[in-house]
Amino acid sequence: MKGLTKYTTLTAAIAAAGLLTAAPALAQKALTIVSWGGAYTKSQLEAYHKPYTAKTGIKINSADYNGGLAEIRAQVEAGNVTWDAVDLELSDVVLGCDEGILETIDISILPPAPDGTPAAKDFVPGAVHECAVGTIVWSTVYAYDTTKFPGEKPTTMADFFNVKKFPGKRGMRKGPKPQLEFALIGDGVPVDKVYEVLSTPEGVDRAFAALDRIKDDVIWWEAGAQPPQMLADGEVAMTTAYNGRLFNAIFTEKKPFEIVWDGQVWDLDLWGIPRGSKNLKQTLDFIKFSTDTQRLADQAKWISYGPVRKSSLPLVAPDMQPHMPTYTENFKNALQNNFEWWADHQDEMNERFAAWLAK
Amino acid sequence: MAEITADQTVITTADGVPLKSRLAQAERRKKIAAFALVLPLLAFILITFIVPILDMTFRSVDNPVVAETLPRTLAALETWKFGEVPDEPVFAILAEEMVAGSKARTIGKVATRLNYEMPGSRSTITKTARRLKRIKQGPYKEAFLKIDKKWGDPDLWARLKQIGAPYTLSYYLAAVDMQYDAEGNIVSQPEDRQIYVPLFVRTLWVSLLITGLCLLLAYPIAYLMATLPTGISNLLMIMVLLPFWTSLLVRTTSWIVLLQTEGVLNDIAVWLGLIGDDNRLQMIYNMTGTVIAMVHILLPFMVLPLFSVMKTISPSYMRAARSLGATPPRAFWTVYFPQTVPGIGAGSILVFILAIGYYITPALVGGRTGQLISNFIAFHMQKSLNWGLAAALGGILLLGVLALYWLYNRIVGIDNMKLG
Repeated sequence: MKGLTKYTTLTAAIAAAGLLTAAPALAQKALTIVSWGGAYTKSQLEAYHKPYTAKTGIKINSADYNGGLAEIRAQVEAGNVTWDAVDLELSDVVLGCDEGILETIDISILPPAPDGTPAAKDFVPGAVHECAVGTIVWSTVYAYDTTKFPGEKPTTMADFFNVKKFPGKRGMRKGPKPQLEFALIGDGVPVDKVYEVLSTPEGVDRAFAALDRIKDDVIWWEAGAQPPQMLADGEVAMTTAYNGRLFNAIFTEKKPFEIVWDGQVWDLDLWGIPRGSKNLKQTLDFIKFSTDTQRLADQAKWISYGPVRKSSLPLVAPDMQPHMPTYTENFKNALQNNFEWWADHQDEMNERFAAWLAK
Repeated sequence: MAEITADQTVITTADGVPLKSRLAQAERRKKIAAFALVLPLLAFILITFIVPILDMTFRSVDNPVVAETLPRTLAALETWKFGEVPDEPVFAILAEEMVAGSKARTIGKVATRLNYEMPGSRSTITKTARRLKRIKQGPYKEAFLKIDKKWGDPDLWARLKQIGAPYTLSYYLAAVDMQYDAEGNIVSQPEDRQIYVPLFVRTLWVSLLITGLCLLLAYPIAYLMATLPTGISNLLMIMVLLPFWTSLLVRTTSWIVLLQTEGVLNDIAVWLGLIGDDNRLQMIYNMTGTVIAMVHILLPFMVLPLFSVMKTISPSYMRAARSLGATPPRAFWTVYFPQTVPGIGAGSILVFILAIGYYITPALVGGRTGQLISNFIAFHMQKSLNWGLAAALGGILLLGVLALYWLYNRIVGIDNMKLG
């Protein structure tokens, strides 16, 4: 999901071309919707933007970014907000809401499920926030190259940390989140105890000790497009990655990869509105439209990220269901990223992780 | 020759105005015109360079959030003594200001700020602010402690008072791996969180290494370009400039293709039997990769100033030295080399200053061990939003460069520098 550089330039060029050709009369009614680019933006274009334009006649300019709140903060502080809605990670929503750079969104404006269940109950817990409305469930999982393991296959998170039994380089994201969670799960901590253990100094030490054991075999990645590429190049034998990116590599590019769902850490993406948006009313209308039951289910046609409304799940095509992070088989041993723990500890953990890396 | 001075005779122009004042007038007009010509550039530099630097420098000490959001709490804490938990009146004032702060949406900033000094306290503030909205009356102390028992920790109050100062050095302390403890003494960070000093040191020596390598590689090329016949030297020039014109990202990713373990160089070495297939060299995603890619990218900045200086050195000097009996190394060392020093100085300082702030290449090929300080400045600007710390790190870097520039001026002399 995160910043596919390959497509980014292309989509940016298209977006720029769109901006240039938009007639001035229409331009004032156009919304600028910002997301992560690549296959992910394409899924939003098909499922949200095009139907919305068809329904209301309002043009949507799609722009890409690479996550983080720096641009939003700069726009808000300069008093010149040009982005209307931004696809944000939950941790950024919490941070941005605390910083006061996101508009608050009243949950009661969201449409109920088709059977009348109010939106507040229809969304999975945490998917509606004071400052944002959820769209997808995505997860970080690990995958391996099937050609590298002709005999026994890795099946658990513990196997990822076992370089003796399953030799080969590993790919991991350069950052503590969710490497610490993976390390503890791989070290035998049950998923429901992970944050409890991490909240003690000994627990953090234990996580770093587990990472220590594979440190020499790890190649660190930063952008979401990197890990499938590293796996395809044979640079690593197995790697953690965003599940949508792996889906793309396996089913669109026909790579011999296999996803291991055990110990997956799942998270949410949400729509947020930079504070001081010039098209607030229209943007809220767009968010209302794009997060209804049908729209969320439609998006899952285009990418293997799960919808955040419970009522959307049955509408997802059966052949897509086994690739969703929330599919029963895949969800057996899953952990939700605890944004509150990370909000409290990310500065400390980032520093500790960086110091550990450099050692 | 007769000397005419002002007190002897006043020379006037045809219309009777003294020549001197007419001259001054003309000069002034010329000066204004000249100034007007450089004005756009001056304004440009001011707006895009000086003002942002000043703004960021200010941010590195600016600390307004707590003082603005909780002014009355801070006033009530004036008489508070270290090691105590305040009484009900302070809690009541804090409750009032926290509710107002969450309405104005500034309380989150207080939480973020407190969390820098006291990890884990962010949720204490945000959680309390959220729940306080439902609590209409006291006793507040009890209510606070029920929401989070951390409110009973005297350290939390000490920190709150500490970060209430409108200006702070804590970002600079953090940038050199130090911090205030709860009592306000300056102490080192815990060892497992010390990262910035080693990074500054690493950035410094990597930049020096890259400058040295660039000089070693560029000197012979520039010499050849300056001495070979025009046709060949033009070809060399194109070969130097072509990569210079290619996108930085393209060049960096080409190095990934060449150097990775399944890459071209490793494949060739395995094919030649130099190394075993399961023993491939790790040449990228570490310091080696960073140094190789950065030397390649910065090389033209060394070649061009060297070339422009060498081109002006007449070959007859060397011929004269040889004919006076100097051996080729001696002639080179005592006659040719000293004349190229301005080029070496210009190239070195250019490459060094570019290298010390380099960001994108280490980010792409640096992996675990090849990261430089600028990567962390970018991290704090873009991801953690700790602009104060980013500004402090940048400020130290700027200071370091200025200090080195001063040192360079003292040793080599800035007038000896020649850019072309």
